[in-house]
Amino acid sequence: MAEFIDLVLLGMLAITALRVIFLKDLFAVVMLFGIYSFLSALIFVNLDAVDVAFTEASVGAGISTVLMLGTLALTGRKEKTSNHPALLPLLVVGVTGAALIYGSLDMPPFGDPNNPAHQHVAPRYIEDSPQEIGLPNMVTSVLASYRAFDTLGETAVVFAAAIGVLSLLGLPKRDRQAIESGLKSHLVLRVVAKLIIPLTILFALYVQFHGDYGPGGGFQAGVIAAAAIILYALVLGLPMATHVVQPALLKTLAALGVLIYAGTGVANFFLGGNFLDYNMLASDPVAGQHIGIILIELGVGITVFAAMLSIFYAFAGQAERTNIQ
Amino acid sequence: MSFIVDYYNYWIVVFLMMAGFYIVISANNLVKKIVGLNIFQTSVFMMYISIGKVSGGSAPIVAEGITTYSNPLPHVLILTAIVVGVATTAVGLALVVRIKRAYGTVEENEFEDKEDLI
Repeated sequence: MAEFIDLVLLGMLAITALRVIFLKDLFAVVMLFGIYSFLSALIFVNLDAVDVAFTEASVGAGISTVLMLGTLALTGRKEKTSNHPALLPLLVVGVTGAALIYGSLDMPPFGDPNNPAHQHVAPRYIEDSPQEIGLPNMVTSVLASYRAFDTLGETAVVFAAAIGVLSLLGLPKRDRQAIESGLKSHLVLRVVAKLIIPLTILFALYVQFHGDYGPGGGFQAGVIAAAAIILYALVLGLPMATHVVQPALLKTLAALGVLIYAGTGVANFFLGGNFLDYNMLASDPVAGQHIGIILIELGVGITVFAAMLSIFYAFAGQAERTNIQ
Repeated sequence: MSFIVDYYNYWIVVFLMMAGFYIVISANNLVKKIVGLNIFQTSVFMMYISIGKVSGGSAPIVAEGITTYSNPLPHVLILTAIVVGVATTAVGLALVVRIKRAYGTVEENEFEDKEDLI
């Protein structure tokens, strides 16, 4: 049954991608891309990757769609017809695709437990992590403990990307006297948004602190919390949102998250352990691991929240400025 | 039939990757190129997660009565890659916005006439 669902969902994904190629209306392209993300999330659930599905659903269908729509507001929604000859790209893609399909026949069969990917470190993660780290969610154990150095790098990349966007576009100024924007006149939207936003933030906190036991963690929680504020900004206008969560605060928070993460690592030096080896944080190694994981997940959550929200502010500020002109 | 089920995921991955690749090299509009890059990127995610799947396995969260778990390592790699992916996409989109402001267009074939503006 799971294989059948897999066949159908992947087929739908391929059809969506095919449609994106031929559509000239970019608004429809972005909406299709949102559908594409949700379909990917469903496939991830079907392939047992619940944490990944969670991230894809909140990031792909939430944040990236909003960012792309924000860009379209500035660049226009129609793609002009190209005068390129279409034959050469088709030829390149056809040849590359054929080579890759030929290569795929040497891949180990899908789902076989004896595949090389399941032989190396995976058995150790699966068998030892519940005792060694003391958490039921192996993905969190690997993310925040075994491969914490890797995750530190990823967090730093998110931070760097936010700095990149801010240096290209700049943050909007906090301005009380800014003109009315948003969709405040829509009563239904306003009431529903007011109901949803507190629940979303509460859910983000749950995801943040329950990530050790179920699907979730800092990455997902940061994105969900940012999505709540983005909804607020969309409905009540950017000036109101920058009043609630100030752009200057976001800059500090983005750096603070990375600092908490790296600081937890450095703290282990002083307690006699290795970088990001949490065993020394408490008298009992398992309790130490737990403290360390909560701290670095908090750092990740804060950085991701601040980075995503400041990126949104940068785009929305641009759109607002264009509207005024 | 088993031959198809064994390789179907990889074939779809190749198809998605080529669809993304085609959009990147043939699209005229820079926003659409970024959508293409995202599709390309998602195909890689799909491949990693497909490799991590174990038939009859369950999500890698310890629960009573479950003995087979899927491989958690690809999940970790892709989870962080998705968030990094959206952050880098945002940088790409910010560049598109700046290009629009500098050249007045985001259509690739219209840049040539505007080069002397800068």
